[in-house]
Amino acid sequence: MTTVTVSRWSRTATASTAVAVVVVVLLAAVPYVLGGPAEQPLITLLTFVAMASLWNLLAGFSGLTSFGQHAYLGLGAYALYLVAAHGVNPWPGIAAAAVIAAVISLPVSMLVLRLSGGYFAVATLVVAAVFQIAVTLSPSVGGTTGVSVPGLAGYSPVLREALIYWATLVVAVASVAGVYLLVRRTFGLDARAVGSDPVAAASLGVRVGRSRRLAYLIAAGGAGAVGALIALQTLYVEPTSVFNVQYSVYMLFMVLVGGMGTIEGPVIGALVLFGLQEALSSYGAWYLVIVGGLAAAATLVASRGLWGLVSERFGWSLLPVGYRVLPKRKA
Amino acid sequence: MTWVNAVIQGVLLGGQYALIACGLSLAFGVMRIVNLAHGDLAVCGAYLGLVLSSALGVPVWVTLPLLLPTAFAVGALLQVTLFARALRHGVLAPVLVTFGLSVMIENLLQEAATSDPRGLNGGSLALASFHITSGITVSWLFMTAFLTACAVLSGLQLLLSRTNWGRQVRAIADDLDTARLVGIRVRPLFATVAGIAVATAALAGVFIGTIGTFDPLAGANTLIFAFEAVVIGGLGSLWGTLAGGVALGVTQVVVGQVNQAYAVLAVHLLFLGFLAVRPTGLFTAPSSRLGALG
Repeated sequence: MTTVTVSRWSRTATASTAVAVVVVVLLAAVPYVLGGPAEQPLITLLTFVAMASLWNLLAGFSGLTSFGQHAYLGLGAYALYLVAAHGVNPWPGIAAAAVIAAVISLPVSMLVLRLSGGYFAVATLVVAAVFQIAVTLSPSVGGTTGVSVPGLAGYSPVLREALIYWATLVVAVASVAGVYLLVRRTFGLDARAVGSDPVAAASLGVRVGRSRRLAYLIAAGGAGAVGALIALQTLYVEPTSVFNVQYSVYMLFMVLVGGMGTIEGPVIGALVLFGLQEALSSYGAWYLVIVGGLAAAATLVASRGLWGLVSERFGWSLLPVGYRVLPKRKA
Repeated sequence: MTWVNAVIQGVLLGGQYALIACGLSLAFGVMRIVNLAHGDLAVCGAYLGLVLSSALGVPVWVTLPLLLPTAFAVGALLQVTLFARALRHGVLAPVLVTFGLSVMIENLLQEAATSDPRGLNGGSLALASFHITSGITVSWLFMTAFLTACAVLSGLQLLLSRTNWGRQVRAIADDLDTARLVGIRVRPLFATVAGIAVATAALAGVFIGTIGTFDPLAGANTLIFAFEAVVIGGLGSLWGTLAGGVALGVTQVVVGQVNQAYAVLAVHLLFLGFLAVRPTGLFTAPSSRLGALG
C-alpha cells in the first residue's frame, strides 16, 4: 500500500506567485518609467483581464453563461456619472459604481437564475436590453445622446491618464486575486459542483441558489467597476457604446480561448484578444467574425483552452485551485 | 375603437413572433439545444429572399419553393456538422457554440450586405388591405403572416401527433436513451428537426422583411422576442408559443398606442413579470420538457 500526500501548493506555485507579484509591481511603476505611450495599450489589456476573470467566475466556475454582462458595464458607467455629478470624487466613485451594480443585480438574479443553460443566457440579454432602453428613455442621464463625465477637470492630462491607469490596474489585480482567493474557499468547490451538476450538488447539501447568486452578484459588481473605468477612459457615456454586446463577446472569447475554470486561462485569453485586436482591428467586421469563430472552435476542439493544453502537456499549475495527490516522499 | 384595432393588430403581430419561436421551441424540446443563432438564421432567410427575388425579378413569395428547402438543408447541415458535436461536449457547449455562430453570422452579413436596412418585395399582397368596420383596417400581409403561423403550428402539431416521424420525435423528446434502445435512429431525426426549425425561421424572416425592414444585427432582437414567446407560452408547448407570441404582440401594439417609445420595454417587462410570477408559462408542458428550469 502506497501512502500519498494531498497538497494544493507546490514550488511552481510559490515561484509563479512571486513572479506575479513582481509583474504587478513593475506594472505599477509604468507611469514613472515609461509614461503616457505605454499606458493606453496597458489600460486596454488590464480592462480585458478584469472582464475575463469575472466572466470566468460566472461561466467557468459556476456554469452560468451570461451573455448580458454588458448590462452591468453600462450600469457601472452610468452609476459613476451619477455619483460624480453629485460631487463625489470619481476614484472612490469606482467602488460606489461596483456596489450599485451589485445591488441592482440582486433582484435581477432572483428572476434570471430561475432559468439555466441557454435560457438563462437569453434572459441575461433581455435584462441588458431593458437597462439600455430604460437609460435611453431617461432624460436625466442624457437619453440617447449620453452624458460627459464630470469631476476630472481639475487634473492635468498626464496625471489623469496615470490615475486611470492605476485604477485599472487595481481593478484588474483585484479581479484576478479576488476570484482566485474566492474559488480556493469552500465557495469554489460549491460553485464547481453546481456548475457541473446542480442536482447532484444539491443532493450533497450544497446550497445551489446561494452559490449561484453569490457568483452572479460578484461578477455584476466587478463589471460595474469595469464600466466605471470605461466611463473614465472615454469621459463620455452613451447607451449604445456602453451597453454593447461586443463586451460580452470579448469575455466569452477570452475565457474560452484562454481556458475556462482556471485562474491563468482568462489572463492568457486577454493577451490573445489584445494581440488580435492590435493585428486585426483595421479589418472591421472580419475581426469579430474571427473572434466568434475562434470562440466556437475552442469550445469544440480544445474545451480547456490554451492554458488547458499547456498545463496538460507540462503538468503545470501556477495558481492552483484544486488539490493534487502525490506519492509520499521518503523522510 | 382604436383599442380594439390595437388588440387586433397585436394578435396578428403575435403570429409572426410565434412563427419565429416555434423552431426555437421544437429544437429545445427535442434536442435540448437553445440555438442562440436562431434569430440570425431568420435574418439570413430574409437576405436569401432578397437575393433570390431581386435576381429573378419576382415577389419574394415566388422564391419560397427554392428558399425553404435551402433553409431546411442549412439547418440539417448545421445539426450534423456543428450542433451534434457541441451536444457531445456537455450542456454549456451548445450555448457557447451557437453564440459564437451568431456573432459570426451578424458580422459576415455586415461585411457582405453593409448595415443598411433592407426591405423585401412583397408584390401586390404587401399593399392590399380590407375593412372589418369603418375604423378597423387589416392588412392582408399581416393576416397572411398570422394564418401562415397558425398553419405551420397546426402542421407541426399534426406531424408530431399523427405520423411515425412524430412518434419517434416525441419518444426522443421524452427520453433520448430509451428511444435509442428501442431502435430509433436519432441522427437523421435530429437533422430533420433542425432543418424544420431553420426553415420556419427563414419563413418568419421573409415575413419580417416584407412587413418591415431588417439589417445584419436584427437577429439579436428577433431571438429575444422568440425566446420570450416560448417562455411566456410554456416551454415545449406549440400552442402555448402562439399564445405567448400573441401576448407579446398585443402588449407591444397597445402600449405603442399610448407611447411608441415604451412598446418594446413593455414587452420585456411582461416577460420578466412572467418569470417572477409564473416561470412555467401559460401552458405547462409535461414535466420532462421543463429541463430549462433550474
